[in-house]
Amino acid sequence: MQVPAYVEYEKATSVAHALALLARYGPEARILAGGHSLIPMMKLRLAQPETLIDINGLSELSYLTATRDQLRIGALTRHAQLLDSVDAARHFAILHDAELVIADPVVRNWGTVGGSLCQADPSEDLSAAFAALKATMIIAHPGGTRTVPARDFHTGPYETVVGPGEILTEIRITVRPGGGSAYEKVGRRAGGWPVGAAGSALWLDGGGLDGGGLDGRGSDGGRLDGGTIADAGIGLTAVGAPHFAAAEAEDFLRGAPATEESFARAGELAAASCRPVSDQRGPADYKRHLACELTIRSLRRALARARQHGGGPPGGIPQDEGRAQTICR
Amino acid sequence: MTVNGVSHTRDVEARLLLIHFLRDDLGLTGSHWGCDTSNCGACVVWLDETPVKSCTVLAAMADGRRVRTVEDLAHGGRLDPVQQGFAECHGLQCGFCTPGMMMTARWLLDHLPDPSTEQIREALSGQLCRCTGYENIVRSVRWASEYEASERGTGRRGAGQPGPAAGAGARPAGEGG
Amino acid sequence: MSAAADPAHGGAYGPVRRKEDARFLRGQGTFVDDIRRPGMLHGAILRSPLAHARILSVDTAAALAHPRVRAVITGEMLQQRKLAWMPTLSHDVQAVLATDKVRFQGQEVAFVVAEDRYSARDALELIGVEYEPLPVVVDATRALDPAAPVIRDDVAGQRDNHIFDWSAGDRAATDAAFAAADVVVTQDMLYPRSHPAPLETCGAVAEMDPVTGKLTVWATTQAPHAHRTLYALVAGLPEHKIRIVSPDIGGGFGNKVPMYPGYLCAVVGSIMTGQPVKWVEDRSENLMSTAFARDYHMHGEIAATRDGRILALRARVLADHGAFNGSAQPSKYPAGFFHIFTGSYDLQAAYCEVTGVYTNKAPGGVAYSCSFRIAEGVYLVERMVDLLAAELGQDPADLRMANLLRPEQFPYTCPTGWEYDSGDYPRALHVAMDLAGYPELRREQAEKRARGEYMGIGLSFFTEGVGAGPRKDMDILGLGMADGADLRIYPTGAAVLSISCQTQGQGHETTFAQIVAHELGLSPDDVEVVHGDTDRTPFGLGTYGSRSTPVSGAAAVVVARKVRERARVVAAAMLEAAPEDLEWARGRWQVRGDPEQGRTIAEIAMAAHSSLELPDGVEGHLDAETVYNPPNLTYPYGAYICVVDVDPGTGAVALRRFIAVDDCGVRINPMIVEGQVHGGLADGVGMALMQVITYDQDGNCLGGSFMDYLLPTSLECPSWELGETVTPCPHHPIGAKGVGESATVGSPVAVVNAVVDALRPLGLRHADMPLTPANVWSALQGRPVRADVVSG
Repeated sequence: MQVPAYVEYEKATSVAHALALLARYGPEARILAGGHSLIPMMKLRLAQPETLIDINGLSELSYLTATRDQLRIGALTRHAQLLDSVDAARHFAILHDAELVIADPVVRNWGTVGGSLCQADPSEDLSAAFAALKATMIIAHPGGTRTVPARDFHTGPYETVVGPGEILTEIRITVRPGGGSAYEKVGRRAGGWPVGAAGSALWLDGGGLDGGGLDGRGSDGGRLDGGTIADAGIGLTAVGAPHFAAAEAEDFLRGAPATEESFARAGELAAASCRPVSDQRGPADYKRHLACELTIRSLRRALARARQHGGGPPGGIPQDEGRAQTICR
Repeated sequence: MTVNGVSHTRDVEARLLLIHFLRDDLGLTGSHWGCDTSNCGACVVWLDETPVKSCTVLAAMADGRRVRTVEDLAHGGRLDPVQQGFAECHGLQCGFCTPGMMMTARWLLDHLPDPSTEQIREALSGQLCRCTGYENIVRSVRWASEYEASERGTGRRGAGQPGPAAGAGARPAGEGG
Repeated sequence: MSAAADPAHGGAYGPVRRKEDARFLRGQGTFVDDIRRPGMLHGAILRSPLAHARILSVDTAAALAHPRVRAVITGEMLQQRKLAWMPTLSHDVQAVLATDKVRFQGQEVAFVVAEDRYSARDALELIGVEYEPLPVVVDATRALDPAAPVIRDDVAGQRDNHIFDWSAGDRAATDAAFAAADVVVTQDMLYPRSHPAPLETCGAVAEMDPVTGKLTVWATTQAPHAHRTLYALVAGLPEHKIRIVSPDIGGGFGNKVPMYPGYLCAVVGSIMTGQPVKWVEDRSENLMSTAFARDYHMHGEIAATRDGRILALRARVLADHGAFNGSAQPSKYPAGFFHIFTGSYDLQAAYCEVTGVYTNKAPGGVAYSCSFRIAEGVYLVERMVDLLAAELGQDPADLRMANLLRPEQFPYTCPTGWEYDSGDYPRALHVAMDLAGYPELRREQAEKRARGEYMGIGLSFFTEGVGAGPRKDMDILGLGMADGADLRIYPTGAAVLSISCQTQGQGHETTFAQIVAHELGLSPDDVEVVHGDTDRTPFGLGTYGSRSTPVSGAAAVVVARKVRERARVVAAAMLEAAPEDLEWARGRWQVRGDPEQGRTIAEIAMAAHSSLELPDGVEGHLDAETVYNPPNLTYPYGAYICVVDVDPGTGAVALRRFIAVDDCGVRINPMIVEGQVHGGLADGVGMALMQVITYDQDGNCLGGSFMDYLLPTSLECPSWELGETVTPCPHHPIGAKGVGESATVGSPVAVVNAVVDALRPLGLRHADMPLTPANVWSALQGRPVRADVVSG
């Protein structure tokens, strides 16, 4: 097994302490959270920081708090915690879908949400999921905190706006009524990086109730079509989508009826807006096709959830739904 | 750190991986390594009661924490039911992935005493085996689950019995000899 | 005596729990990386980043200046010791450390010896190598182009990348059969480069004792005796001063057969430093530089009558052997046993040609449970049969059933010369179809198709030839493939069997104990199996090609029966009877007609060591040895059925069911047999759906980690459904055939056949492995993508 190069090490005792250490050690220092993005890079010697600042002891960054109108996820939240979170699943099923197909159960025990986002791999599923949800990132720096929309967080492959002296502390998502979301991923094998993936979030007019009352069914008797889309978020993974999002498709859906035709058009727009690269995972035309196909499938499921639950079931994902689409299941 | 209940204090390089510390410094060679990219899971141990891939954890990150390895499964000469299940159901062939598989299985049964086959396969999906095709590993975990259920006397199938044999005519080596 | 050992109850065969589990379950196995020797140093290999380049200079000064580095070995230093090159198992040579050129990405260039593994790794970065890049060829189909760079300019007279041409069968008869046929179907197909990837990588601890001159090498080798002889030949060391120990091995699958440069460098490092040197490779090294598998570009043709009688098969193969021809097979067979591609059918004629070429990739070729290229042959014939069925509009099960060899045709000599010894093929296929519920599956498929859902049913019927092999036909590097076995019975009746073959998880400590126990009326607990240490075991060629049970297993039976016969004489003396008046029953030699007068082996053993008077010419004790030269290969076979569901929108394949019926003759331990089959079936899933070692046009290996070389997990594998038939092998002493590779050989094509079957309504005729979602979808669009070589 390959091993990292020599590195110095400090253990942070608080966010303030971590920031101070970052300032002291300069741009060649890296924050060490779960380490399941950074340490593999260090073992392959693709990343060679001079100093590691271990923040695993910062319980102040490990939380999942749901209020009436916000879900707040501490950056040190382990993937497994996000997967198991009833609150997260209730409001944003896309996060549950995505976590189920990120890495594997053991890696999820220790890898963190913040760590994955800061690694900024173009195939990182959470990046697209948070983009679809139009989340907000909170970044701490010596002078306080600043807020960055998820869509502005990534500036390129393996690059984020988090500066050398800063730490991502929280991901924040606004809870809005009438929402439903879903994630669809195709990989060559379970637990692997996606070949292509898409996540959708829909918010329907009238809170998804289409004037039909609190039973969650529209006046049209609960058919797939009917209802107008108030807002949409579409995130794309591993297909070269700018900022992991399909903005043109989202713009098209806003105000459109929630129908198969709309979704088909959104899929086309999503595919047209991305720039996939041919590699050993697959040729570009296939990835572009996936961008379209998986956008449509995730939109369908997001809509079904929005209409069925008026936002999400108290208990989480409905039993009859099954997993997000992946290979070989 | 505390490993299998024993406290150890060392000065180590920050880059020393936990798996190497366990194997090379403490001589606990029961945990193995088999890849460079955190895929194979031969290195799975418990860190603060949670299965982790110890090839992707620095020894320094385990400072002040508790580590449990395969060497701690058996107690007083008595095999853990997970170990017994693997023996009964031929859940191992070359034995290289086995410690990691058993550590995850032990954790699974501690948290989900009656897992479905699907849940067992999901729990083990981050760990590779090249020999068994997974079938007997799944059966081994089932065996341990049913054995423990009968020990608890909760009335699940097999209650009161020592647990089902792996197949018809199963005979342990040496029994009755 | 236990019921388990009582011959009246079937003796010691059966699902006996494994003795070796005791240590593995406790984490007390001893794998090579577990070994720590006093003063042990650590080795690391500097490898070439380029696929083809001249070496201009190698500067080791900075590495030698590292405070924890003890030695740095270069190709030039080895050259001075005449160790820079070593023979391969295919009568080629391979560089130990590169001297003139590097010929594949990952080739060994220098070897560092340091005090710890981290320092050894650091020191690699301190070695400066200047390369002059050369043009690269990684596509076997371009290797013989006139403008292709000549890779092996180290070989006198080599002006191109051609290695060999080889053929088998009757070309004229085959051509005639094709000319006369109503229907001819042809198909190109690639069996892409794959890698066995055992979970434990390769490695060795070499310890040259400077005082005694004894070299001990603990190594991950499937053939310890062959390695010992090789070290003697290559390094010029006296063979009786070499001891090879294969400790516990974490999977072999053919990857651990060859001699690797790392082992030799560790030996040299130990000689140079006077201390033990450990070298264990990373996973990337394992995938990039050790014995790969397959990489056969095949063109298949099948000829038949219009009502589905298969007449003949023809195949042309381009074999990619990498930069050195290091494939491991008996020396008369450069394409291994590929010519058993005639399969399980009654053919009039068959003919195949194989051309081997060099490319700028790692050496190897025969590995990953291929049974010496039978995996490739089975893939070809079973794809062709399915293609024929599609052409004729026939059900693929019906087509096979109509053409399978009939029991009364055995022994059957196939058109390329293999003598299949035994089999009831139609019965195996019937059993598989019953287990699968075949008619119901076809009905379900029809219903689903009507709804626009795509499920597929794929079959595979395979015949293997394993247990190499008879001395007159087979050798590896001149070493015959007969296996020795020694059996000693101690005075108290405890038995020690020493065998030459080498388990890597197959359970020999249990199954071989069962063999001896069964013959001698003992309990398997009374039999200790010694293996893996060349100082303690007789010579043999090791474990691969499913040969342990057919060859070493037979040797164990023969030596146990020799002991039993010696025991008869001693028993006769004890009972004051004539040996011919004794019969063997219920674990005792007893007087015929007076069963009370009998003695167990344990009682006889004590007497054989005592002062009991024995007849003239009869030696005391109860020890025996044998060398077993198999008279023929054995021919396990099987019928497999795979059910898949395919999503044409994404190309994703879900494996729903896999039914496997195997006939491996008599089963010593059914539990272990089933475990072997389970493992091989997972290989089928992996190879068919996700595994490939891909290169780009610059020769960069893109399959150098488990992020890209994907192996199946518990989620991709269904719950395997097994069945069995038992047709004893007529020439094996207990009728066993061997099974270790059957499932790996037979399963990939069943998966491929299933996927093609699923998508036939959408116009899919063939698609090459691996059937990743991208590859399936691209094939459906009529734009298939080559998975083994990518541009950019």
